[in-house]
Amino acid sequence: MSFRLPELGLLIDRDRPLTFTFNGVPVQGFRGDTIASALMAADHRMVGRSFKFHRPRGIVASGAEEPNALMNMGEGARFEPNQRATTTEVFNGLTARSQNHWPSLGFDVGAVNNRLARFFPAGFYYKTFMKPAWAWKHLFEPFIRKSAGLGQAPTVRDADRYEYFYAYVDILVIGGGVAGLEAALEAGRSGARVLLLEQSAYFGGRFMVDDVSVDGRDGPAHIAHLLAQIEALPNVTLRARCQGAGVFDHGYALGYERLTDHAPANNTPRHRLWRIRARRILTATGALERPLSFAGNDIPGVMLAGTVRDYIRLYGVAPGARMVVVTNNDDAYRTALTLHAAGLEIPAIIDARPEGGGALAEQARALGLRIETGKGVARVNGKTRVKSVEVCRQSGTGGAVETIPCDGLAMSGGFSPVVHLWSHCGGKLAWDGANAMFVPDLARPPTNQNGEGFVIPAGSAFGALQTEACIQSAVVAARQAADEVGRSIKEEAAPRAVRRISEHPMAPIWHMPARAPYRLRAQSFLDFQNDVKVSDIDLAAREGFESVEHTKRYTTLGMATDQGKLSNINGLAVLAGALDAEIPTVGTTTFRPPYTPISLGAIAGEAAGPLFKPTRKTAIDGWHESHGAIFEPVADWRRPYAYPQAGESTQGAITREILATRGAVGLFDASTLGKIIVKGPDAGRFLDLIYTNMMSTLKPGKCRYGLMCNENGFVMDDGVVARLDDDTFLCHTTTGGAERIHAHMEEWLQTEWWDLKVFTANLTEQFTQIAVVGPRARHVLEALGGVDVSREALPFMGVTGGKLGGIDARIFRISFSGELSFEVAVPTSQGLLMWNLLLQAGAAHGITPYGTEALHVMRAEKGFVVVGDETDGTVTPHDLGMGWAVSKKKKDFIGKRGMQRSFLTARGRKQLVGLRTLSDTEKLPECAHAVEGGKAIGHVTSTYFSPTLGHPIAMALIRGGRARMGEVLDFPVGGKVHKARVVDPVFYDKEGARQNV
Amino acid sequence: MLLLTCPYCGVEGEETEFHNGGEAHLKRVGDGSSDADFTAYMFERKNPRGIVFERWRHVYGCGKWFHAARCAVTLEVFGTYSAQTSEPPADLIAKIRAKRPEWEATP
Repeated sequence: MSFRLPELGLLIDRDRPLTFTFNGVPVQGFRGDTIASALMAADHRMVGRSFKFHRPRGIVASGAEEPNALMNMGEGARFEPNQRATTTEVFNGLTARSQNHWPSLGFDVGAVNNRLARFFPAGFYYKTFMKPAWAWKHLFEPFIRKSAGLGQAPTVRDADRYEYFYAYVDILVIGGGVAGLEAALEAGRSGARVLLLEQSAYFGGRFMVDDVSVDGRDGPAHIAHLLAQIEALPNVTLRARCQGAGVFDHGYALGYERLTDHAPANNTPRHRLWRIRARRILTATGALERPLSFAGNDIPGVMLAGTVRDYIRLYGVAPGARMVVVTNNDDAYRTALTLHAAGLEIPAIIDARPEGGGALAEQARALGLRIETGKGVARVNGKTRVKSVEVCRQSGTGGAVETIPCDGLAMSGGFSPVVHLWSHCGGKLAWDGANAMFVPDLARPPTNQNGEGFVIPAGSAFGALQTEACIQSAVVAARQAADEVGRSIKEEAAPRAVRRISEHPMAPIWHMPARAPYRLRAQSFLDFQNDVKVSDIDLAAREGFESVEHTKRYTTLGMATDQGKLSNINGLAVLAGALDAEIPTVGTTTFRPPYTPISLGAIAGEAAGPLFKPTRKTAIDGWHESHGAIFEPVADWRRPYAYPQAGESTQGAITREILATRGAVGLFDASTLGKIIVKGPDAGRFLDLIYTNMMSTLKPGKCRYGLMCNENGFVMDDGVVARLDDDTFLCHTTTGGAERIHAHMEEWLQTEWWDLKVFTANLTEQFTQIAVVGPRARHVLEALGGVDVSREALPFMGVTGGKLGGIDARIFRISFSGELSFEVAVPTSQGLLMWNLLLQAGAAHGITPYGTEALHVMRAEKGFVVVGDETDGTVTPHDLGMGWAVSKKKKDFIGKRGMQRSFLTARGRKQLVGLRTLSDTEKLPECAHAVEGGKAIGHVTSTYFSPTLGHPIAMALIRGGRARMGEVLDFPVGGKVHKARVVDPVFYDKEGARQNV
Repeated sequence: MLLLTCPYCGVEGEETEFHNGGEAHLKRVGDGSSDADFTAYMFERKNPRGIVFERWRHVYGCGKWFHAARCAVTLEVFGTYSAQTSEPPADLIAKIRAKRPEWEATP
């Protein structure tokens, strides 16, 4: 059993007991405990079930590498799945639930998969879910969806707040163990700006648990000594609970700070994403211990040896009362010595090396501990907890020589430097054969904008596993970094007196026993999280998966939340063995950021809810809102869709607005339309290139409709162009097009026609533009007075200016409705005033504000296209029947050559037509497809009920549409076939009599 | 996330300040060109594994387009220069040659 020791526990405060719940059951812990340490203290050995076979799983590790102890944390709006119990500190009221079982952790229906394990080999997904085709939809997919994924997805909006923080430093140190602290201190002495990030709640790493002596101080004392000196340096910042999550191009790095996960508080962001620019990055990220592969290595109670020391020293928890230690290296002897010092029983130390260990082994032997060299574990017995260990000869096939009863097993398969952050941005690795590990290859670092390496590994992350070398490499790395950021340190580094311990070399042991048969290999787990066994890798290799990246996908080795922190090296060693290749030639999978999963909230930061994308509002927005407008988003703007009055339906409002406008006068806020000034002696020449039609011939004081294509010859925007004077054009764009079209103009001006003397300016927000529309529109403007808007002074497609009702205004006589229409532009500061003046002046004429839907219906009645409705990026002007807007005289314009291509001029292209439903009450559904002989021949682009005409109208792009006038087409939607006749798209006032008055 | 220096305003900015505009120094072909030439101009890009000449716009800055010479493998930036030129400046070519003697500029 596991239990709390009467003493020890560097991180816990025994005077501060806490209570949390695990699967609804109260668990006691102390302040400073993690969920894992508190569960272990309460003898909860089984903390979850595995992904594929639903095998009972226990805590394996004590940090970010933990593959098993993943929890559903919290409730409701603070629920989050897949949180690691080993890195989550407990607080009063915390709720945690184990994952991947039904109905309960103890009794789980899915565990039947374990009995059927031989039917679920590597790649069974790909082999099983193939045929018949119908089964995918009805059988396989529902089944896979139910069983896929770890934990549960939250169902309600996150209640917490998140934020970004920007930091610019000379040197970023990632990792707050002894190497990171030594490096930060040394670099700090240079005067450089230094930031150090430590992922856990405490500094010191292995120094807090291992017996070391530096300058006569033990580990924790030396860490305290370093921290005290660093704190005296104002240029060095330390952050705990802040993981260096990723290293990116040119010294960009992400830090993931967990502010309140250990102590929920109101009004404090939960996580903070640090966006860091560093000139040099030191990775002092330590090393991870590797498991050993033997049958039953996943039974709760089998743990990493170093982890066992963590639980004893940091949390005062004994992972077992009677633990066997199994190892291929000297470090695990430290665990045996720690267990012994804590008064726990060690039935045996099983050392796979025939020659055994060095000085630490001697110490163990001197204490009377039993050491078996040249031995291995044949099998662990037990189901939900370890009962005994079968010991065998390591060189054999697994014939047990002895069964040792025990309640825990501490294993050590050697160490893997944490090279993730070195590798994120392209740092390459070298194979250290002596220690059987990949280390950063200093000759091939990730490079910055100057071609210099910008990441420097330090400490055991560099492969310096021994204390003295570890400290020394940190100091060297810090001095190199300081030097490279122009802060060379002149004085020699202060030497450290480190107690040396003579260790024997580790032995690369990739399976116990070495010649284990399939029976054992099929129970030896490599990847605990994804249930990948040694036999799965063997199978993948036999089936021809030679690339480690392919093997990863095929077997799922190293996938999911832990990304193979424990399993990768063991897995690729097994793969190399099966392929009879050297490990370095097999290589590693790609290390990608983040190092461990970070919350989506942190990635979003403050950009959530209304701050995700600010809403653009016109000067009249407040009036719209207070007059009952319902809004629709158009690009980033919100625009009034309609103004329903009390008791009026939305459709009722639209109908009323249209009839009032066509019958008398309507008022429309057109401010969101883009307004780009194009000015200069070459402005006309430039616009001739930008628009498909001719603009240079436009006379000052006149307006012309303009169509714009991209170089492919497809319509990209349209709008009315007004020539204000010889040098100045005002180009209207669509609401969504303003920024894009301005950028488009600038791109061509700056990069292709830079000889043209032209400036552009986007004045969209500088003007409020109000359309006064309808047969009585002129009366309204005349009532305001100040500008002659008579037919003679301001004919159709004219522009004039003056003081309208006392306000500086520009008046365009343009129409998107087919009615007599004036668009009045005033400075935005005067926009609301002008709106109110027009309302006042129009009151006697029944002036009626209308929204975007009325606008759309009226333009459709007139057959005017809307870019984005009638076009989709593959439509030419000719497809729209707008060949009249494409100049034949101009030598060049954007899109001229593109639209000449054979497939854009071929017969049978989709062409814009009008549609008249055979029924007068049945509107065509949006986007309905026309079907002929079983084939889709086009689709509806706009469809409305026209109050003006009293029947539905629609526009559509139909194959060869203009030659089909009069044909009746079928539009089958949802079991019903709508029928409509192909007609001219101009439904109303084709000769334009109404607008030209 | 790259760091680039805008040659117009002289500011070193984060990649998020800029907008990438693809391959630089394309020669526009227009009316009268062959289908093959037009297709090449529109769609065929070099994409070498090594040194690239790119168009960038300082979109959240001065708004100007410029060109950058950069290694797509090591991310080294050799220089940024005016967009109003049809070929990279000679001193930049010389700088790249000095650093990468094996480099052969593709025409």
